[in-house]
Amino acid sequence: MNALVWAAVVLIGGTGSVLRFYVDGLVSSASGRDFPYGTLVVNLSGAVVLGLLTGLALGHDAALLGGTAAVGSYTTFSTWMLETQRLTEERQYRRAVANIAVSLVLGVAATALGRLIGGAL
Amino acid sequence: MPDAVDLVAGPAAPRRARLVPPRADAQTIIAIFVGGALGTLARAALAEAFPHSATEWPWPTFAVNIVAALLLGYFVTRLQERLPLSSYRRPLLGTGVCGGLSTFSTMQVEILKMLSAHAYGLAAGYTTASVAAGYAAVHLATTLVRRVRVRR
Repeated sequence: MNALVWAAVVLIGGTGSVLRFYVDGLVSSASGRDFPYGTLVVNLSGAVVLGLLTGLALGHDAALLGGTAAVGSYTTFSTWMLETQRLTEERQYRRAVANIAVSLVLGVAATALGRLIGGAL
Repeated sequence: MPDAVDLVAGPAAPRRARLVPPRADAQTIIAIFVGGALGTLARAALAEAFPHSATEWPWPTFAVNIVAALLLGYFVTRLQERLPLSSYRRPLLGTGVCGGLSTFSTMQVEILKMLSAHAYGLAAGYTTASVAAGYAAVHLATTLVRRVRVRR
């Protein structure tokens, strides 16, 4: 653990956040605004990758940089919750519940799939 | 076969969805980068400071996620409904800080590890508490911002 690793955490965290902005924007442009597919795609793709990194059983610094910093900053919990809350404000209850359920079920499945692939590599 | 005819000369082929990259100037990207860097640094520092086993409650992730949901509810509502439009505040504070501070993927890995360790009650409790508290945090922050009178 040293200053260089933490400098890398900062740079990777900024990059992961910008990448999230682009992927969310790309998917949202194609899917429309009825359902927050952008965040869903970001979170599920991140879950696969973090599952894969978990399966690889990386060393401490590599897990911190690749997992906590890169994938952690790319995925988001707060936007997922905000979009769900805004759906209920618009009385889109089914979509709100679906956004929670689909994210959780596919999220764990995507992570398990990633871990399986990572373990096999 | 009518179906075949429809397929060949149908009125309109389904419109292909087009992926358009988000339009953003340099200031927006820099704001997201700086905010995301700060949020990630805070989350990573907490995760390093408070390590936990697979069958313990993941306090670092739980705490940053709920705090980030509270902050995002506050920032977005205040910036959209209470303050004049600003070009950098939402990317800096919302997309950057809150997005970098909170994490979905780590939460999923934690849930998967709990399930692998047969800690089903913990997995269910952690999942339910995260979603309930996260939703409540956004709702609370939104309600509080809207209750405050507009002051200029």
